[in-house]
Amino acid sequence: MADIRNYTLNFGPQHPAAHGVLRLVLELDGEVVQRADPHIGLLHRATEKLAETKTFLQTLPYMDRLDYVSMMMNEHAYCLAVEKLLGVEVPVRAQYIRVLFDEITRILNHLLWLGAHALDCGAMTVFLYAFREREDLMDCYEAVSGARLHAAYYRPGGVYRDLPDSMPKYQASQFRNERTLRELNENRQGSLLDFIADFTDRFPKYIDEYEELLTDNRIWKQRTVGIGVVSPERALAKGFTGPMLRGSGVEWDLRRKQPYEVYDRLQFDIPVGVNGDCYDRYLCRIHELRQSNRIMRQCVEWLRANPGPVITDNHKIAPPSRVQMKTSMEDLIHHFKLFTEGFHVPEGESYAAVEHPKGEFGIYLISDGANKPYRMKIRAPGYAHLAGLDEMSRGHMIADVVAIIGSQDIVFGEIDR
Amino acid sequence: MQKRIERLQAAVNAALGGRAAVLKEAFGELLLEVKPSVYREAALVLRDSASLGFEQLIDLCGVDYSQYRDGEWTGLRFAAVSQLLSVKHNWRLRLRTFAEDDGFPVVDSLTEVWPSANWYEREAFDLFGIVFTGHTDLRRILTDYGFIGHPFRKDFPIYGNVEMRYDPVQRRVIYQPVTIEPREITPRVIREANYGALGAQQ
Repeated sequence: MADIRNYTLNFGPQHPAAHGVLRLVLELDGEVVQRADPHIGLLHRATEKLAETKTFLQTLPYMDRLDYVSMMMNEHAYCLAVEKLLGVEVPVRAQYIRVLFDEITRILNHLLWLGAHALDCGAMTVFLYAFREREDLMDCYEAVSGARLHAAYYRPGGVYRDLPDSMPKYQASQFRNERTLRELNENRQGSLLDFIADFTDRFPKYIDEYEELLTDNRIWKQRTVGIGVVSPERALAKGFTGPMLRGSGVEWDLRRKQPYEVYDRLQFDIPVGVNGDCYDRYLCRIHELRQSNRIMRQCVEWLRANPGPVITDNHKIAPPSRVQMKTSMEDLIHHFKLFTEGFHVPEGESYAAVEHPKGEFGIYLISDGANKPYRMKIRAPGYAHLAGLDEMSRGHMIADVVAIIGSQDIVFGEIDR
Repeated sequence: MQKRIERLQAAVNAALGGRAAVLKEAFGELLLEVKPSVYREAALVLRDSASLGFEQLIDLCGVDYSQYRDGEWTGLRFAAVSQLLSVKHNWRLRLRTFAEDDGFPVVDSLTEVWPSANWYEREAFDLFGIVFTGHTDLRRILTDYGFIGHPFRKDFPIYGNVEMRYDPVQRRVIYQPVTIEPREITPRVIREANYGALGAQQ
């Protein structure tokens, strides 16, 4: 009898289904995966080492570049860790704005995940639908921070500035006639909050559209049901968090269990899966979209009724306003010290985690009292998930590996850091 | 919240007894430090004891304390710090152990206690050179194939030691010593305690 040997396949680093730069060495028996060995680090930028050479404020924009599809959530974890050491109070309005933008970010992330995952499994339309809504939400990012992706909007002590009173509008051009222009600008007449409120009214219908394309789709179910099953015990042992853990039936959400900001004042449900397969994780995330929409609506209502400061008035941490800076000597000194030397974080260590769309995103910060972190460790949820890929994909076909990678919601910015 | 952490502290004390070298609370978080000789044993107790129930190792990282407060540090240099989470009891604990030899840091591996430690320990080995005994697959993970050195150690320069370029004569990509001059725009300053009256009330 001929000697049959396993076949080794290199998957990536440049592969459309690898979600970035994943190099996967697959050991195959026919088409069945015997072992999957992910090689990561191709996008390693040593963010943690860079942070040691930058002041606390200069480190903040690096956070956007970690998980580059859920930018503000990364900033959030960092701000929480710094604020914990500083002991600074964040104004309630800033907390609501943070929650509002956390949920916008969650929707942004889940939409990209949904589109890419469906595309990997052969459904083209969902991707186009998902990007249509992402456009609106990125306009919100742009309106509030000036940047569509790397916002650097959250700051230790609050958020950079209050929500704008007007929404940027589309300009006339040779490609748009007056009627299209009017239609495009129809929901942009009021403030940013009006625009978001309008979005939350439209969005549930959009989710129905995605579900119509996928949830009962036979092909989609064949690709995801029973694929990559993780038992709750294994999910815990493997360090899974977020939808990967909830898909396996463990009810664990930091927003509810260890509430930060104002999540304890908001109404929302936590979807939990049953079987722990790709399909259940898909259902969990779809339901999270609906819950995020619900949270956003509550935040908009509160923010409309309650104006107030959005960043701490402690000028040792947050800069004074431009007007103050130009009229008061003390504020000028504060401004100068803040942007040359930066603020000093008292000696100590803290770990702060947020419920990131992908799982638990945490920042472990050690400060020795300097103006720069002594050591910062980023706990990226995708790192633990990808480590579990080997176990999840064993005994599955190559095509299922793609579905599993898709359902893990891998983004290399955070895994390689 | 305060009550919960006291309960956790009492439970850790009861379960570990004298094996806990340091057990202190700061910023609403509990830090447990153990000697490396009882590290694995303590981890098993933390996971299996019903009153503690730490089913999850959320994170594990290496720390190089050699330049802490610009050289005031007198203790051991390398530490492995992990963040534990109990889903059952909804509490967290930070577990720290210092490697006894600064020249060749060795710590027990926790992969058999928590499988999620696998990649985290590979990362700490890669970046800090901490060797985890009992780890079955201790390869580099984040740095390049064939990388030399442990980049997150404090004595490793931020600009690195080598740079890569295409050599038209040899017609291949070569490594050469770095040509960038190191510069620091904002210097690192440590101020006295309570500078600017900042800090959480402890």
